[in-house]
Amino acid sequence: MAPIVSIDRLTKTYGNGFEALKGIDLDIEEGEILALLGPNGAGKTTLISIICGLVNPGSGKVMVAGHDVVKDFRATRALIGLVPQELTTDMFETVWNTVSFSRGVHGKKPDPALIESILKDLSLWEKKDNTLRELSGGMKRRVLIAKALAHEPKILFLDEPTAGVDVNLRREMWQVVERLRENGVTIILTTHYIEEAEEIADRVGVINGGRLLLVEEKRALMQKLGRKQLRLELSEPLTALPDSLALYNLTLADDGTALVHEYQGEEGQGSIASLLATLAAEDIHFRDLSTRQSSLEDIFVALVGEKA
Amino acid sequence: MNFEAIKSIYTFEMARMQRTLLQSVISPVITTSLYFIVFGTAIGSRIQTIEGVSYGSFITPGLIMLTLLTQCIGNGSIGIYFPKFTGTIYEILSAPVAMTEILVGYVGAAATKGLIIGLIILATASFFVEISIAHPVMMVVFLVLTAVTFSLFGFIIGIWAKNFEQLNIVPMLVVPPLTFLGGSFYSIDMLPPFWQAVSHFNPVLYLVSGFRWSFYEIADVNPLISLGMIGLFLAICLSVLGWIFKTGYRLRS
Repeated sequence: MAPIVSIDRLTKTYGNGFEALKGIDLDIEEGEILALLGPNGAGKTTLISIICGLVNPGSGKVMVAGHDVVKDFRATRALIGLVPQELTTDMFETVWNTVSFSRGVHGKKPDPALIESILKDLSLWEKKDNTLRELSGGMKRRVLIAKALAHEPKILFLDEPTAGVDVNLRREMWQVVERLRENGVTIILTTHYIEEAEEIADRVGVINGGRLLLVEEKRALMQKLGRKQLRLELSEPLTALPDSLALYNLTLADDGTALVHEYQGEEGQGSIASLLATLAAEDIHFRDLSTRQSSLEDIFVALVGEKA
Repeated sequence: MNFEAIKSIYTFEMARMQRTLLQSVISPVITTSLYFIVFGTAIGSRIQTIEGVSYGSFITPGLIMLTLLTQCIGNGSIGIYFPKFTGTIYEILSAPVAMTEILVGYVGAAATKGLIIGLIILATASFFVEISIAHPVMMVVFLVLTAVTFSLFGFIIGIWAKNFEQLNIVPMLVVPPLTFLGGSFYSIDMLPPFWQAVSHFNPVLYLVSGFRWSFYEIADVNPLISLGMIGLFLAICLSVLGWIFKTGYRLRS
């Protein structure tokens, strides 16, 4: 199947000379949830802004469902919903009016029943006649999501959706995202909260300094780059490692009371069994054992740090 | 054409006017009434007639133009500046709307507001002085063309302005002198020859003169030239906007 969003050698240099994007290639598949990770100023928002039409591209090409985002903007923008990073709202408008406006400006005929169901899904129904300045930050965030959904988009961009959002809203938001995904909506979110990407994304892209460092299936990424650690709490402290254990990547920790074995995802699988057998042969006993896999965060920090 | 979008922007802007009814409508009416009291009654009682028209009646078209220009520039600029300022413009820029449709929505609303206020002032004036309209169709043509042209001009200012000071500089600093020196309150025949010549470089002179002609058939310049000058100014605004939309100047840069 052809990708729903296809980005080809995209660059962007702003008027002040800042090179926000230095050649991005990325294909986004229909129906997936893609998380774009990157530190502040990495180029995430610029990338989204170009796809959505907020910023003119420098060079390169962006296609959405087979249409060019510049030449064929009517076709592409009709498919896209955007929840911006900043809480930008018309303070004096009511929730109902602002969400209805969003639908109209996307060229769709009014559909009060649909707006009602969107507002109910986001627990905004009771607030529909309130003006936006009366709402809390979290409520405003919900309104922005409702506005983005008002024209029934096929692709939804969430730019830092959980910045300043409490746990409840976050959970509700992921429920909405889950429902959208079930309906076949493609979701692209940017975040610098790695747990978020880890929790809901199918694929993860890492952007830094205007370049896409990698895009991978989340699981594959964790497996490929994830370092694993086996920790054995010893019954008797050791002063030195026996020679027979030199083959293994081992260190003594905590004054010899623990043995730490580091290995990369798949390569280490065979070695654990033989390590344990060797330990038994050497008459070294352990009272407890734990393993730990590095999180996406560790991977991310290693990746960004290394290439920066 | 995305008519739903134009309609949405237009109704949204008109709704904003309803919320600010007091400052949008009442304040220009009060200001104009003050002009009538001060200029029409106090000073006008010492000026007999200008070209056969009583002074109060003579200044009415100029007062309407003064308010129309200020209102259209103000509404046209704030309409697009405010979403830029608050950031809500992201929604319009990411919607399947062409810039021309955005323009029609905003400028249409700004011009409508200007026209409504212009007509209210005309009605207010009729309480103070005797008004006769010799060429009603031409009066409407002048009114509508001026409203559209200056709403477009306001729209350009709204896109250009980076802060509220810049936003206000043209309506506050440029428009009143041009209107006062554009023959709103006198016939330029009353000026010495040098200032008469200078006045011909003032675009507002042509608006006021043409508009006054449609009332009383008296004019400082030929009404066709007036019409031509409004047309020229309209063309200039449209070409500037054409360039802005093509380059994305201060919107999508």
